[in-house]
Parts: sequence; structure tokens; C-alpha cells
Amino acid sequence: MKSKIFQIFLTIFFIMIFFIFYKGLKNPNIYVPKNSLEKDIPSFKAKIFDNNTLVTSEEIFKRDKFYLMNIWASWCLPCREEHPFLMELHSNKNLEIIGLNYKDKKKNAYKFLKELNNPYEIIILDKDGTLAIEWGAYGVPESFLIQNQKIIKKIIGPLNKDLFTEIKRLIK
Amino acid sequence: MIFDNKIVTFTFLQFFFVIISFLGLIMSFVNSDFSNETVFNHSHTTKPLFYKISGTWGNHEGSLLLWLLVLTLFIFLFLIKSKDQTKQYRILTLLFQQIIIIGFFTFLIKTSNPFNYIFPIPNEGLGLNPILQDPALAIHPPILYLGYVGSSIIFSSTLAATTLNYISKEWAKHIKQWVLVSWIFLTIGILLGSIWAYYELGWGGFWFWDPVENVSLMPWLALTTLLHCILVLEKRLTLTSWVVVLSISTFTLSMCGTFLVRSGILNSVHTFANDPERGLFILIFLFCLIFMSLFIFFFFHKVKNKDSNSFFWLSKETSILINNWFMMYFLAVVLIGTIYPIFLEVISSEKISVGPPFYNKLIIPFLIPFLFAMAIGPKLNWIKSELENKTYLVLFLILSLLVSVFTIKNLNVNFLINTVLVTSAFYLFFITLRDFFTKKFKNLSQNIAHFGFSLLILSILFNNIFSTEIITNLKIGETYEGAEFKINFEKIEQKNEKNFKAIIGKFNIENSNGTIENLRPELRIYNQPNIVTSEADIKTNLLKDSFITMNLVQNQDYFNIRYQIKPFMIWIWFSVLLITLGGLKSLILNKRYEK
Amino acid sequence: MKSIKYLIIIVFLFSTSLSNAQEKDLQNKITKNLRCLICQGQSVYDSDSDFANSVKLLIEKKLDEGQNEKQIYEYLKNKYGDWILYDPKFDKNTYFLWLMPILLFIIGGAIIVRLFIIKKN
Repeated sequence: MKSKIFQIFLTIFFIMIFFIFYKGLKNPNIYVPKNSLEKDIPSFKAKIFDNNTLVTSEEIFKRDKFYLMNIWASWCLPCREEHPFLMELHSNKNLEIIGLNYKDKKKNAYKFLKELNNPYEIIILDKDGTLAIEWGAYGVPESFLIQNQKIIKKIIGPLNKDLFTEIKRLIK
Repeated sequence: MIFDNKIVTFTFLQFFFVIISFLGLIMSFVNSDFSNETVFNHSHTTKPLFYKISGTWGNHEGSLLLWLLVLTLFIFLFLIKSKDQTKQYRILTLLFQQIIIIGFFTFLIKTSNPFNYIFPIPNEGLGLNPILQDPALAIHPPILYLGYVGSSIIFSSTLAATTLNYISKEWAKHIKQWVLVSWIFLTIGILLGSIWAYYELGWGGFWFWDPVENVSLMPWLALTTLLHCILVLEKRLTLTSWVVVLSISTFTLSMCGTFLVRSGILNSVHTFANDPERGLFILIFLFCLIFMSLFIFFFFHKVKNKDSNSFFWLSKETSILINNWFMMYFLAVVLIGTIYPIFLEVISSEKISVGPPFYNKLIIPFLIPFLFAMAIGPKLNWIKSELENKTYLVLFLILSLLVSVFTIKNLNVNFLINTVLVTSAFYLFFITLRDFFTKKFKNLSQNIAHFGFSLLILSILFNNIFSTEIITNLKIGETYEGAEFKINFEKIEQKNEKNFKAIIGKFNIENSNGTIENLRPELRIYNQPNIVTSEADIKTNLLKDSFITMNLVQNQDYFNIRYQIKPFMIWIWFSVLLITLGGLKSLILNKRYEK
Repeated sequence: MKSIKYLIIIVFLFSTSLSNAQEKDLQNKITKNLRCLICQGQSVYDSDSDFANSVKLLIEKKLDEGQNEKQIYEYLKNKYGDWILYDPKFDKNTYFLWLMPILLFIIGGAIIVRLFIIKKN
């Protein structure tokens, strides 16, 4: 009797493991941090790209507007890809685009903007990549849509048509 | 007898045809026949011949064919070597092995056919990942598989023996050979993988507790446990159920490992290209095997010889049980640590990582009693033993305590835990060393293996405690001045090879005693696929390795330099070889010394 | 006598301020416990990706500011989730992970004692 219970228990145990593995197979194995929505933007001090003056996050992100904080670099190929979308968003009055220039050389960054135009209201500098970590970013490009000093959408990787229309919808 | 020959012939034919197709695949790789999809995906005309050949098993499809080759090879060898066993037992073993073989054949053909055809035929292949283009890694898979897949024969024959109620002392002796064969290959396979990781992954570690490493360690732990446990079976015909469970779990763990690695359910440094369909197939097959074994175990297994099931507390049997107890614990830690993140994610969709700190915390404290037991256990006699005339055991304890206190005393490490740990390792070291002189080659293989293990633990500990490293950024021509040495970055040179371009840095390292070492790490830019790798330069001597790597930094004109001094590295490799040698000796020469 | 000596050594070790070399050690220790998000099989320490290099710099900064190991882990966990830590903390998600092996060890010991040693004729 005792061994029967044990047998049944063991069988059920293995069936359970089977289903857990089975379900586990469907989960993606690459980790992407959860979209920490409704999270306050980090507060920081940073240098401005054009004139190296210090600026705080409160001075950049005011309450009444939408902001798109975009992490970019001249050496990053997907940034080129998403640039037309940024330019198009730039023409939208509801939205200010803030650039975060990630681990870049100034000369190259200027060239990049000259070639593709500048969609950014303000560009802040992140020479060593630590500011991007404040934002919980880990690559380029990444974008954050901000309203009332809260992140309402986080985009990892370049913008595309779908994301572009979604942003448009959100800032209406 | 005629029937017998037929079966052997058929098994041989099976093996023969698999080897033909395997050789066929190798030939396609050698000739760079890109009409074959596997060759196209994993080879390139500019690759050196050696890596064209090793590319055969450096990918999912080819390695599965290798897996099949080992499965058929082992059953063929088993049939030849088991002529003195009963026919029923041999046929049943063959049957179970064929179930595994059929499963893998179906898997190969359904999901990962190595002979898929592409048309139109491409002119050039996509190339092999450069970090796989390495001599140690080229021979690592075949050897690892001989151990990993070789355990299938233990699985099959144990199931056969259980079904027929065939388990006996003689059977234990017969199966021990196969356990040893798998164990030896698995040990060397893991060693090669570790050596590869040490100099190819470029950061001076040799074991990362990465899932892929863990899945090779788990069958090894189970096999080692089995190896000890089978001694009790051989001597006293007890623990039969335990031996059966261990034999089944060894191969099950190998399969489980294959599932974890090939399905891409885990992410690791060394993942294969993955495909959920493949994962599903292995998963279903794995659980078919598990339920089949459970069924056989529940309905056919009979416990024999119940009354001899009690052991005196101080005896060899008990010490082997203690070994099993600890080994199972280590296995549990590795297994749970590896698969727990999957479970957590499925149940609560939280994602966590389980890394080296977890394993260190749970394994290291238990290593201390384990090492002591390992030193004393082999001293005990079967059935009943006494503790008289063992004063030297105490003397050696004091000796090792003194030695370790003197070594650890002046170091900036946690004193207590390290002293106890080093003491236990030294204890095993001294005791086994003494036995070489006093035991007159009685049970030499055990002694070699245990001595090797003590040496392994000691080298790893000292390697950890005494290693130093400098991470710095240097421009060409600059010199880093540290307390113990100066690193001078003299210049860089360029070199063009067939399949890569290399930037070689020339470094002069001046030690505090004035000796100068020249090290030349490389950055390699491979042409196909276009990947930059960093090749470490390592100077090895008996006491330490000097290890240097350089890396490009995005948008900067300096290089990131990492210089490490790793003491006793070579002893880690050497001690694993010693452990293997112990097993090898037991396999080849055991008959002569058997009582 | 000896234990007092150890105590003194331990107290001494903790009371001296962190020298530069020790800070470097601590930084290495922390980065070894962090998982890199770019090359997901590696630790930040082992990785040379841009992200890992930035994290290394960030930790150096934080240590200079006087933050301790725990604060740094907490900070990064906030940004990237529990996943970034190689050393899973002991909470409701991981009770099973930490306790199960030890529980199995105890059960194993009990089985050995009951089945083989006490049951003497």
C-alpha cells in the first residue's frame, strides 16, 4: 500500500515536471527587463551637448508636455534606421524629443546630425554610458515616452512603423 | 549460436551504416560541398582542414549524428564483450538500446536532418563561429559524447537486468566496466571543455556554473556515485534498488541535459541554434524513457537479500553511503540551481538568475566533511571496522591544520572558512600520499583518484586565493605601473591569416624581481562569419600562469587590458588527469589485483 | 586564546578603511555577481560589451561616493529586475531554491540512518 502511494506520487511528480518544461519551452529565453510603466523618470545632472553646461532632469522634463527621450549614437546603425521617424515626430507640437548621446565622439555626432538633420530639442551627453543605466537602458537605440515625469512607454531597439503610429496615438 | 551471430551482425551493420553516413558528412565538410545545408551553414572554403573536419560535430545536426554513432557503437561493443552473459539479458539490453536509437533516429530525420539539400547550390558557406575554431574544442564533443551517450548502455543493461531479475555480484562486476568507460570519457570531456573555456572565452576562468557546464557535471556526479555504489553491490549484493535508480538517472540526466541545451530553454554562453520543435521532441522522448523506466522499476524490481541490508556504522559500506549521500546533495544543488529559474518563470513569471555565488554557498561548506570522509573512508574494512591503531590519522590532521594555518595566516581572505577548507583538502592530500608508500599498491586506482581529487581542490583553492589581476586601459606605448609589476604596451603588429586578420599586441611585463616576460595577446577579425575575437596569451609554468587579453573599446583610442596571474593552473588540469588515470587503471589492470 | 586572536584580526580588517586595492577587489566581486544583459550567459565582469563596461564604471563611481555593496545591488535591481543578480536573494520566490537541496540532504541522511544503520539485528 505504502509503495503504491509512492509510485503514484512519483508518477504525478514527473508529469508535473513535464508540463512545466513544456510550458517553459514557449517562454522566450532572452531576458528583457519588464517595462516598468508608470515609473518616475530618474533625476540626474548631465552636460548639454552644444555648450557643456550642466542641466538637471527637472529643467528638461516639465509637467505639461510629452517627451520622447531617445538614446542614440553616431556609430549605431539602427539609429540611422529610426531617424526618419524621429524627424517626423519632431514636427509634432505636443512632443519634445530629448536626445541622449551615448558613448560617442563629438565630431562624429555632429556629422551624423548634419547629414540626417537634428530632431532633438536638447541633447545631453553620456560619455561613459552611466547615464543610460540610470534610465535602465542597456543598448542603443532605446526610447522612453514621458508624460508628467512618468515613463509611459519604453521602446527597446529602433522605432518602426507600428511603434511610430502607437506613439502618435498616445500623444494625441 | 547462429542466432547470436546474426544479432551481432545486424548490430554491426547498424553501426556500420551510421559510420558511413557520418564519414559522408565529414567528406562533405572536407570538400566544402555547399549543396548540403549543414555544410553551408557551418563551413567556409577558407577554413583550415582541421576545423572543416571538426565543424562536422560543431553544429546541432552533425553532433546528433555523432550521438547516434556513439549509441550504435556502444551496443555493438556491448554485444561483443558480453558473450559470457545470458542470451536473454543481452537481447533485452539490445532491445532497450534500440528504443533509444530509434528515438534519436526519428529525431534526426524529423527535425534535424544533416543531409538537407539546398538548390541552387551556394558558392560559399556561412562559416563556423570562430570561438569554436580551437583544437581543444574540436576534440571535446566526441570525447564528451563517448561518456555522455555511453551511459546509455548502463541504462539499457540495468533495465534489462531489472526486468529479468538478473542483478547479482557478477552482473555488478560486468556493468562496472561500462560505468568506468563512460566515467573516464566524461571526465576527460569535461576537462577539455574547461580548458577551452579557460583560454578561449578570454577571462581566465575555467568553470562558470553555466547551465551547459552544469548539464555535463550532473551525469558525472551520478556516474561517480554509481561507481562507488556498485562496489558495495559487487561485494555484498545489497543496495540493488539504489544502483538501479542511479543507473537510470545517469542517462536520464544526460538526456535532460540535451533537452536543456538544445531546446534553448536556458540561455548560456554556449547555446546551439535552437528550435522549439526540437525541444518538444526531446522532451516527449525523455519523459517516455522516464516513464518506461519507472514502470519497469515498479513492476519488475525485486529487492534481494533483505537481511544483509544493515551496515555497521564504522565500515566501508557506511563510508560509501556517506559518499553517495554527499554526491547526491551536490547533484541536487546543481540540478535545482539549473532548472529552478525555468520553474519559477512558468509558475510566477518572475525571472531570476542563479549563478556562481549560489553554488559556492551551498557546495563549499559541504565539501569539508566530504573531504574528511574521503580520506578516512577507504581505510575502513568491509562489514565491520575498528578505530584502533589509527593515531596517525590524528597526527595527520594536526599536520594539515598547521600547514594550512601557515599558508592562510597572512592573507587578506576570510581566515576561518579558508583554513578549515584547506585543512580538509591537505588532510586528504597527506593521507593519500602516505598510502602510496604504505599500501603496497593495494587498491591503487582508488588512491590515485582520491589523491588527484585532493590535488584538484587544493589547486582550485590556491588558484582562487592567490590570483591577482589588473584591469586597465592602455594606449600604445604607455606603461602601467602597479605595486608588483609594470605592464608596458610596446606596439601592435598586423598579421594576415587564411581565415582571419590579427592585431597582435606586444607587451612587456616587468616583475618586481626584475624578470621580464613578453606576452602577445591578439585581436582576431575573422572573415566568415565576421566576428572579432580576443585571443589570450598565456605563459604557463609549474607555479603560475600569466594571462593577458586585450580588447577594443568603442570609440576610444586605447585598449582594455586585462592581466592576470593565476597560480597552479596547470595543476588543476593535471589533477583531473590523475583522477582519470585512477579510473583507467581500475578499468585495465584491476583483474590482476583483485582479491 | 586563538579565537581572541582571530577576533582581533577580523575587527582589524573591518575597521581599516578600504584602500584602493580593496576597492578594486570589491568592485570585481560586485561585477562578478552581476549578469550582463547584452551577452546573457556572462557576468558583467567577464563581458566586454558596452553595457558591461558602463556598469563597471558606474560601480566604481558609486563606491567612490561611499555606497556599499548592498546599495549598489539594490540600485541595479531596481533598474533591471532580479534577473541581473547572480546571487538570488532569499525571499518567497527562492525559498524552494535555497532550502530544497538542504532539505534533501537531511532527508537523505535520515534514510541512510534508518534503513542501514539502526536496523541492526
